[in-house]
Amino acid sequence: MLAHILRRIVQSLIVMLVVALVSFSLFRFVGDPVSSMVGQETTLADRAEMRDRLGLNDPFIMQFAGFITRAVQGDFGVSYRLQQPVMELILSRLPATLELALVSGIFAFVIGVSLGVYTALNRRGWSSNAIMTVSLIGVSLPTFLIGVLLIWVFAVELQILPSFGRGATVQVTDWWTTGFLTPSGRASLVLPAITLGLYQLTLIMRLVRAEMLEVLRTDYIKFARARGLSNRAVHFGHALKNTMVPVITITGLQLGSIIAFSIITETVFQWPGVGALFINSVRFVDVPVMAAYLMLIALIFVVINLIVDLLYFVIDPRLRVDRASARH
Amino acid sequence: MTHMIKGAAKLRTSGLMAGAALALVLSATGADAETLRWARVADALTMDPHSQNEGPTHTLNHHIYETLVGRATDGTLTPRIATEWEISAEDDSVWIFHIREGVTFHDGTALTADDVVFSLNRAQAETSGMRALHAGVEEVTAPDEFTVHVRLSGPAPLYVQNLTNTFIMSRAWAEANGVVEPQDYAGGEESFAVRNTNGTGPYVMVEREPEVRTVLRAFDGHWDDAPEVTEIIYTPISEPATRVAALLSGEVDLVQDVPVQDIVRLEQTAGLKVVRGPENRNIFFGYDMTSERLKSSNAEDNPFSKPEVREAMSLAIDRDAIQQVVMRGASDPSAAPLPPFVNGWTEEIDAYGPPDYERGQELIAAAGYPDGFTVDLDCPNDRYINDEAICQAVVGMLGRINIDVNLNSQTRSLHFPLIETWDTDFYLLGWGVPTFDSQYVFDFLVHSREGSYGAYNASKYSNPEMDEKIEALATMTDLDARDALIAEIWQEVMEEDIFLNIHNQVLAYAMREDINLEVHPENQPNLAKVTFGN
Repeated sequence: MLAHILRRIVQSLIVMLVVALVSFSLFRFVGDPVSSMVGQETTLADRAEMRDRLGLNDPFIMQFAGFITRAVQGDFGVSYRLQQPVMELILSRLPATLELALVSGIFAFVIGVSLGVYTALNRRGWSSNAIMTVSLIGVSLPTFLIGVLLIWVFAVELQILPSFGRGATVQVTDWWTTGFLTPSGRASLVLPAITLGLYQLTLIMRLVRAEMLEVLRTDYIKFARARGLSNRAVHFGHALKNTMVPVITITGLQLGSIIAFSIITETVFQWPGVGALFINSVRFVDVPVMAAYLMLIALIFVVINLIVDLLYFVIDPRLRVDRASARH
Repeated sequence: MTHMIKGAAKLRTSGLMAGAALALVLSATGADAETLRWARVADALTMDPHSQNEGPTHTLNHHIYETLVGRATDGTLTPRIATEWEISAEDDSVWIFHIREGVTFHDGTALTADDVVFSLNRAQAETSGMRALHAGVEEVTAPDEFTVHVRLSGPAPLYVQNLTNTFIMSRAWAEANGVVEPQDYAGGEESFAVRNTNGTGPYVMVEREPEVRTVLRAFDGHWDDAPEVTEIIYTPISEPATRVAALLSGEVDLVQDVPVQDIVRLEQTAGLKVVRGPENRNIFFGYDMTSERLKSSNAEDNPFSKPEVREAMSLAIDRDAIQQVVMRGASDPSAAPLPPFVNGWTEEIDAYGPPDYERGQELIAAAGYPDGFTVDLDCPNDRYINDEAICQAVVGMLGRINIDVNLNSQTRSLHFPLIETWDTDFYLLGWGVPTFDSQYVFDFLVHSREGSYGAYNASKYSNPEMDEKIEALATMTDLDARDALIAEIWQEVMEEDIFLNIHNQVLAYAMREDINLEVHPENQPNLAKVTFGN
């Protein structure tokens, strides 16, 4: 067991290193940071000197080695654009992204499961067909457009929800600010959470529906009905419970992508999270922030995968047997 | 996306009008004519006044810090911390500034000439973004408490024009907080001045969350009349559609960067108005006039080195069509790369004729290209208003005189290094003239590239006689003779077709109807000057 965990961790570290290497080599194609850092009067000589000072002229391997050495010590440098330490910058933006991801994840899960069950049980009803059709739109419309449409309807026309920002926030710890505790903070969450969660919602809904239809055809449901159990007990006690295993796995994995792909939603709603920070950094070629952000996203995915792997290992005894016999 | 919004807007105009009218009633009756919520595309990068020479950074800092001289909306200089300034009668390489008495910093200490000396020296530090504007400064001294002398390496009649964005800090405050020099990127530490301020400006910064919001409150101890706007809430909103939506929904009062395609719609919305004005920035195309061959062309020689080709290209550009179609009316077409308020501008060099494609084709054929030629055009796609669309339009126009242009448009951080490294045959560039004098254009765009000259001269144009004239401008103190020389240089530049100019950019600010604010040519609106009511 311990050896297995260690092996997994080593693999994760290798993945992180590869991500760092790939992203670092991509930065050379993003452009020249110095041209966005200086005014137009700066002489060519001063620019060259600045590039030297930032170490941009060093060979790629040297730059990469320096980055890894510092990153291991938790030092990601200072943002070229905002001139603040990168770690501090990302930590101060992370709560906004995590809260948004959490709310939209819960929104997608709860509504998705309810609608999935509903459409599975009322397979032929017109309302189910309507929901399925609308969900197609949810899957096919780009996030950007959904966000803009929601802003237009709820902020501009109805004027009931804010169009941008996070509202008032409350400082919880040194770097954690929350929008949950103020009315404007909660109101600000609604539109971005729907925008970000809509795709996941339709995904979960379709998954639950398909699984549910599958399970409802199985023998033990027939036996349950034969035992004279109420519809309610059959549907929720037996059928839904058995559909939830894959659904929870998918939802867990999707949480990673909600965090990673909140970039567009954050941009549309001027949500002060790490995704918006990343986009602004790309525009400016703020290499330290881009590098740290990509490492953070890689870390989130690696950790989620590691947990899932370990959970499988705990849940599925066959894995352990295989390992044990392979060793002899 | 814009089409969708437009459609929705048409469907719901009546609802919108009602909403906007309601917002107007609320704002007119409430006493909130004091707080102004201001949104623009980007935040200030830092509050350190000398670290970055960048528009949004300066604009916000102008409310907190002050400069020796200010720039009025008509482009003229106005007194700020300096009440008067002149070139010394004894030595024409010395500028004398008379410092205003009774100016206090936000921490309550009084400003003296020593703070000005400190600030002008700090702006010259190696880590300062303002350094190039003070390149000729040799020594800054304070002969008494309210006089400052700046000695330059030679006569510099325009030096005062460089001071409109150099802010004055307190020496005592900077020394106490360890910010005697601006932030060094490579240093690895955040400087205290990045998020803390102590200026003499009309507003005190009370809250600062970078890229989220910044709150400014009127400073009681300011030397000038108290502003009508007593509180400013500044919010960057990078997405154009969201920025406009925030104004329409009444969540902000003033939007500084209005997308061109939304100007007309906002003008027609009840309760809102749009103010337009010329920006100090023109958009032009440059070409490599000097190399033996072009890297991206099928021609055996360099077509751009031939005057006929350059003339033909100028004839092929339909500037009016670009203004109407690409810019939706929001630009001032012109032939010379110079905004009208800059010294040296004349109607004559600004004038342009209608396109003449037949004559253009003839000229191209006569120049030795009966079948035309191909060339790559480098274009930024996120730097100027509709930059990529302008390039696309020009590709079509040049196609009509048999120049087959292949468009290469990319982000600014990839585009500008091409100009710096001379790695482009044909490129788009926008140019502002912060000194409001033609010499700035010549220094950077016409003079051969050597030393601090010609940094953006990617046409590789090099003419020793021209260089001599340009260098002479810098030290000429007889302004009439100087203006005559500027006119002479312009005539030559225009005859040589060194620039293929398109237009000057126009700025648009959208705001609540009861706000009075003029467009600033440097895009640096001063909210302390805002008045309310019509």
